Amino acid sequence: MTHALEIRNLHIYYNSFHAVKGISITIPTNTITAIIGPSGCGKSSFLRVINRMNDLVPHARILGEVFFRGVNIYDPSVCEIDLRRRMGMVFQKPNPFPFSIFDNVAFGLRIQNRRDKVFLQERVEESLRRCALWDEVRDRLHQSAYELSGGQQQRLCIARALAVYPDVLLLDEPCASLDPKATKRIEELLQKLKEEITIVIVTHNMQQARRISDYAAFFHSGELVEWGTSAEIFDYPKKQLTQEYTQGLFG
Amino acid sequence: MHKFADRMFITLSLAALMFTLLMLFALLVDVFVDGVTRLNGQFLTSFPSRKPEEAGILAALVGSVSLITLTAAIAVPLGVGSAVYLEQYAKRSRFNALMDINIGTLAGVPSIIYGLLGLALFVRVLALDRSLISGALTLSLLILPIIIIASREAIRVVPTSLQDGAFAIGATRSQVIRRIVFPLALPGILTGIILALSRAIGETAPLIAIGALTYIAFLPDSLSSPFTAMPIQIFNWVSRPQEAFHANAAAGIILLLAITLLFNAVAICTRNHFYKISAHCS
Repeated sequence: MTHALEIRNLHIYYNSFHAVKGISITIPTNTITAIIGPSGCGKSSFLRVINRMNDLVPHARILGEVFFRGVNIYDPSVCEIDLRRRMGMVFQKPNPFPFSIFDNVAFGLRIQNRRDKVFLQERVEESLRRCALWDEVRDRLHQSAYELSGGQQQRLCIARALAVYPDVLLLDEPCASLDPKATKRIEELLQKLKEEITIVIVTHNMQQARRISDYAAFFHSGELVEWGTSAEIFDYPKKQLTQEYTQGLFG
Repeated sequence: MHKFADRMFITLSLAALMFTLLMLFALLVDVFVDGVTRLNGQFLTSFPSRKPEEAGILAALVGSVSLITLTAAIAVPLGVGSAVYLEQYAKRSRFNALMDINIGTLAGVPSIIYGLLGLALFVRVLALDRSLISGALTLSLLILPIIIIASREAIRVVPTSLQDGAFAIGATRSQVIRRIVFPLALPGILTGIILALSRAIGETAPLIAIGALTYIAFLPDSLSSPFTAMPIQIFNWVSRPQEAFHANAAAGIILLLAITLLFNAVAICTRNHFYKISAHCS
């Protein structure tokens, strides 16, 4: 088994607040890894370190190493823009741009100066098909993305991320604002996508983590309490704290 | 008892409103009665004259339009550029906090001060003389803080979630600004610009301070031409003893009001458009 990501002794500080305290973890290629834990445990911070979105946060300080395909992404020679083009990110609240459906999906390609119309059309269709959205929007590609439902908007955001062929997809509670039906569609979608792409998903929803993940990591107050296969974490946790959390005794 | 107090309060605030409206209305009616008969083709196409019935507003109208166009050309790129820098690039530092306060203060500095600065800097030191460009530079200084503040406000309300979405897909800061922030902030920025320009077109004091002329019998033909503007012409006519000149002044005021009203109408339309978009995003 190869590793898409290897994180070594990661610390994140916001001013004097120590948000993530020395986390080391590896993320295997073409699997779904779920990051679970109570609010404020550093899950989202951890996710935003992987594609260097934390660079945008003033006063954030990152120590440790994050290897992506053998390269430390915090090495000064690594360009964070190129890195982000290889890592898709989906946010808690669907955030389509105020453009048409087509222009949303084509955005990532256009900013890389891909302007060939035929190419864009093919890639947009392909990305929408991968997200099982094509049949729902094929007749209204040039209408505003805001006319879609919340679940459709979130799948559009996934399609937008996939259009640039990322190697890794990072999802930060992607179903938090969706109803169960829309959530189910996204989960099915992720199951299919993991054949081609490595997925890291932050979730509050234990059932969801158990249903879709191959590996799970339990964070608590900035520390990695335990990580392993989902079966280990959910059925045979080694630590008392993990068991209490996954069984819903606190949260 | 509570009800009585409530009613008193409503009555008082209504009275305050009515008083203000009535005063304004009286002023407007007065100006219209005095000036509306003078507002004809001859008035619009004539230069100033010693004879009030032959005098017209042409030089001042063309002067004002040239002045505002030039002012916009100078102040808009500078103001919007500053706002983009302050909102998107500047780090939070003590220096920038100080700048914030200063820009706010500059927006409240009396316009005559800008006029005196323009006189010292543009007219004298840079030897631009009492020209159109001196006037435009002076008015630009005057409205820059307004444009900066309005543009910053418009840029700040562009949802962070959209900017994050663009960053996460590998957009550079300048791509995020050009493709996400700017289109969404544009109507708000335009509103600020139009309101600032509608203030500039009515300014008299700074132009008098830099020594803009009142008697101009030709149209400005270059940046270094002497010029006059509508508020100056109006001021000049009002200060003449002859009644007939006062009618000219009133007609000039109606014209200036109409232009300002037009500016404000455009500003309101763009703002409404803006709210429609931002309501979508949130």
